[in-house]
Amino acid sequence: MKLKSTLENYLFVLPAVAIFSIFYIYPFLKVFQLSFFDWDGIVAFKDAIPVGWENFKEILVDRIWWQSMWNAGYITVIALIFQNALAFLLAWACDREIRAKNFYRVVFFIPPVLSEIVVGLVWQWILDGNYGLLNQWLAHFGLGHLARNWLSDPKTTLTAVAAVHCWKGFGWGFLIFLAGLQTIPRELYEAARVDGANAWQAFRKITMPMMVPVAVLVAVLTVLGTMQAFVLIIAMTGGGPAYHTQVPVLRILASMQGSSRFGYACAQGISFGVILVAISFIQYRFSHKARQI
Amino acid sequence: MRTSAYYQTKRLSINILIHLFLISVALTCLFPLFWMISSSLKSQEAIFKDASLIPRVFHFENYLRAWIEGGFGRYFLNSIFYTVAVVGGIVVISSLAAYGFSRLEFPGRNFLFIMFMAAMMIPIPGSFVPLYVLLNKLGLRNTPQGYILAMINVGLSTSIFLLKTFFDKMPKELEDAARIDGCSKLGIWWNVALPLSKPVLAVVVVFNALNVWNEYVLAMIIFDDKALMPLQRALMVFQGEFVTNYPLLMAGLTITALPIILVYLLMQKYIVKGVTQGALVG
Repeated sequence: MKLKSTLENYLFVLPAVAIFSIFYIYPFLKVFQLSFFDWDGIVAFKDAIPVGWENFKEILVDRIWWQSMWNAGYITVIALIFQNALAFLLAWACDREIRAKNFYRVVFFIPPVLSEIVVGLVWQWILDGNYGLLNQWLAHFGLGHLARNWLSDPKTTLTAVAAVHCWKGFGWGFLIFLAGLQTIPRELYEAARVDGANAWQAFRKITMPMMVPVAVLVAVLTVLGTMQAFVLIIAMTGGGPAYHTQVPVLRILASMQGSSRFGYACAQGISFGVILVAISFIQYRFSHKARQI
Repeated sequence: MRTSAYYQTKRLSINILIHLFLISVALTCLFPLFWMISSSLKSQEAIFKDASLIPRVFHFENYLRAWIEGGFGRYFLNSIFYTVAVVGGIVVISSLAAYGFSRLEFPGRNFLFIMFMAAMMIPIPGSFVPLYVLLNKLGLRNTPQGYILAMINVGLSTSIFLLKTFFDKMPKELEDAARIDGCSKLGIWWNVALPLSKPVLAVVVVFNALNVWNEYVLAMIIFDDKALMPLQRALMVFQGEFVTNYPLLMAGLTITALPIILVYLLMQKYIVKGVTQGALVG
């Protein structure tokens, strides 16, 4: 009777566990196994050549891989600074008695609900070198000398991609910051005002310390999200011109689909995953320190 | 002497500045969408010469052409089908599992639950490589079933987490009453737990629906056959084939984006709740 009941209970989680084991756990373990093989994905896996740590050694000297890492880092730094500063300012401006607050909140989250493909293709059209709206406007306002082929000029392409990424992403930070600001009890501000603190002092002594954990959370989400972003880039530049907008996940995809090197692709995935986990770990440690101050 | 009128003027001007800032950002959010729709209504000749914000002549037939010649009608139905199938699967499977984790006893319960939660935390970039291999081996690549199962898996962890958190806080009395009335466990899940969890189910449905509708990577890896592709994938294929046909591309983009914007406007309450709950818990 007891046994039957326990088995019955297992049935509730069985479908979830089955799908999860097949589509998550198995690929997770398989990544580690594949990374030690040289395999083109076509011949039977038993004929794949075990190569030990060779794939990982090759990553160390893969210049395009490190350039893609650098590119992703560049976009991430821009997102960390500009996207999050904008998100915080907007949240702070909306966290008060102000008209049309709800309207702003709804509008700021429209870019995040759109797909990266839609956003990427629309912005690609706006930034188009020959017929794009941006260049036409620049010419119209007498700034024609600034016009350029934004997405195929190596000097501007990565920054243009980063800007669109920030445009698409700031709504997330905005919502989280706003939720965080709203958890700060209003009485604290009342009390500060009664004690004669001005707006800046209240911001410095109440808002900032209370927002540190939220800011760290937003920063971690920004780093993890931006380092792994690539669909937007597929839609905007496809990784070009000449590797200037390549990012790590695009390289993994290229190793797999372009050069049919499944083992190397998995090794790239593992190295990148380890780096991501390390970065978010450091950020959380940093937040611990910051909270003690 | 600073009077209250001085403070009022100062307050007013600060408020105006804040509104100017907010409005300019809001316009920046909306303008690309406006431009997308505007471009979708221009003719192929006009679009390269005419940068006017509102088309001189409205070419609504672009939408008909995109729908039929561009094949977006087909892709639209594919996207609807995948979204409904995946979200339906996630709702049933994750609510069963969440109910099990929250209310039922069995050995290994905590271990299994932690396993699902760990999956939310650990990023594995490149997990699509072994997934591709696996689906190939199972004969599920280039099939709707393969895509649907893989996408159900993507939504499971978060959905189980949201639902379990809700079930944990739900009072047990109703379930006890149902049990005394002779209701089976499955009957309690269906008749008591699910109806009570409607608010959180709405979050689960809306979030997963957005996620499936907007998904690109798995669709790219799984589908070779154009007839099976969802919108996001088909847009890239269309763009590759007709590089300069901007009006039809923009019409395709509008067809893809409008349903999402509508769902968002209708359901934004749940979306805001989902984002803030999900984020602030972690």
